[in-house]
Amino acid sequence: MIEIIQEYWRNYLYTDGYRLTGVVITLWLLVVSIGLGFCLSIPLSVARVSKKKWLAGLVWLYTYIFRGTPLYVQLLLCYTGLYSLEIIRNHELTNAFFRDGMHCTLLAFTLNTCAYTTEIFAGAIRSTSHGEVEAARAYGMSPFTMYWRVILPSALRRALPLYSNEVILMLHATTVAFTATVPDILKVARDANSATYRSFESFGLAALIYCAVSFVLVAAFRRAEKRWLGHLAVRTR
Amino acid sequence: MFLQGYGPLLLNGTWQTVKLAVLSLAFAFVLGLLGAAAKLSKNRFSHGAGTVYTTLVRGVPDLVLMLLLFYSIQIWLNNLTDLLGWDQIDIDPFVAGVAVLGFIYGAYFTETFRGAFLAVPRGQLEAGSAYGMTGWQVFTRIMFPQMMRFALPGIGNNWQVMVKATALVSIIGLADVVKASQDAGKGTLRFFFFTLFAGAIYLVITTVSNFVLMYLEKRYSTGVRKADL
Repeated sequence: MIEIIQEYWRNYLYTDGYRLTGVVITLWLLVVSIGLGFCLSIPLSVARVSKKKWLAGLVWLYTYIFRGTPLYVQLLLCYTGLYSLEIIRNHELTNAFFRDGMHCTLLAFTLNTCAYTTEIFAGAIRSTSHGEVEAARAYGMSPFTMYWRVILPSALRRALPLYSNEVILMLHATTVAFTATVPDILKVARDANSATYRSFESFGLAALIYCAVSFVLVAAFRRAEKRWLGHLAVRTR
Repeated sequence: MFLQGYGPLLLNGTWQTVKLAVLSLAFAFVLGLLGAAAKLSKNRFSHGAGTVYTTLVRGVPDLVLMLLLFYSIQIWLNNLTDLLGWDQIDIDPFVAGVAVLGFIYGAYFTETFRGAFLAVPRGQLEAGSAYGMTGWQVFTRIMFPQMMRFALPGIGNNWQVMVKATALVSIIGLADVVKASQDAGKGTLRFFFFTLFAGAIYLVITTVSNFVLMYLEKRYSTGVRKADL
């Protein structure tokens, strides 16, 4: 274990001397996909609960497909699948985009987490109490103002426990990125494994790092829940 | 045909995926029951062991655990056979896949069952003992049927996650449907079509299991009145 740490700690944490690797890449994947997924999922979740059947149905179809298939298959589709199409290779822009494993990974991850997040937020919006909406309408708020000032602030808070779950699962899901040649923590562990044949130590170190990142995230979300969900907490005294 | 002769390969891959998922589910189910019993027991040692199991396994990504166990178990086994002077035993990747997936999802099932066990009213168990039932009878006739109602949504969730996790076994070399689709893609250079096809198969599996779960939920909720709104 000590030898692997001595030789590879830089690779596991941030660089292999030429490019960024390890924890930095994993966190980058997580932050970008979660961030983009969050921004996209808010309008999508509003559309998901819309009274217009076709709009809600369209968003439902998107989330159903992306939640019903494995992320690994989605990544393969973005990485090897799309690039095997001639239309993609013949256009300069799409060719440049899909040639890079990192771009494909981020695209697949964002679409995947956005689907899950949309359903979580839509569920939270649906559980908004009727009185709040009525009160907002009574004040003469436009639909946009009503969502922006009343529904979304309370719905996003209520979604926090489920959302934190999704973020942790997304951290765990970033491990498939190495199949698209992205040098995340697991890629470093695989390289260390094939160089030293010490499987338990190389993968064990990766497991410990993932575990540590998970616990930090859990602690952060617990603080966030205390801050923003304090009004819903069970009173013990 | 539009599958260009790769139909049998894909069919076999699908069968492998389904078999893997179902067997892992059975293994994880048993592990989950044992784990829940351990976590709920008053014995400090088994409680601690259950807690370590669920915390560690759920804190580490499934793919990392899969690779860790898959490679390490073979190395440990080699060391053992070397020590005993036996011939090398090669672990069958399919058995390893089932064992590893079952071990990982056993931790998730443990948490599901633990919550469900706690949701069964204590009076029910006391009534069972008052009738003179043995502990096993109380478990199979009173605890288990009532616990299943509370556990089913969680079980369904875990199952759906597990079906999707089986896609990862192609990374450790199992010939599942993803591997079959990639082989077909290599042979025909139609990666997009065949990967899409694999995705569609997963969608069919998850859709079918949704219906089965809906039926089971109805079955185990017999006798529970829904709120009339």
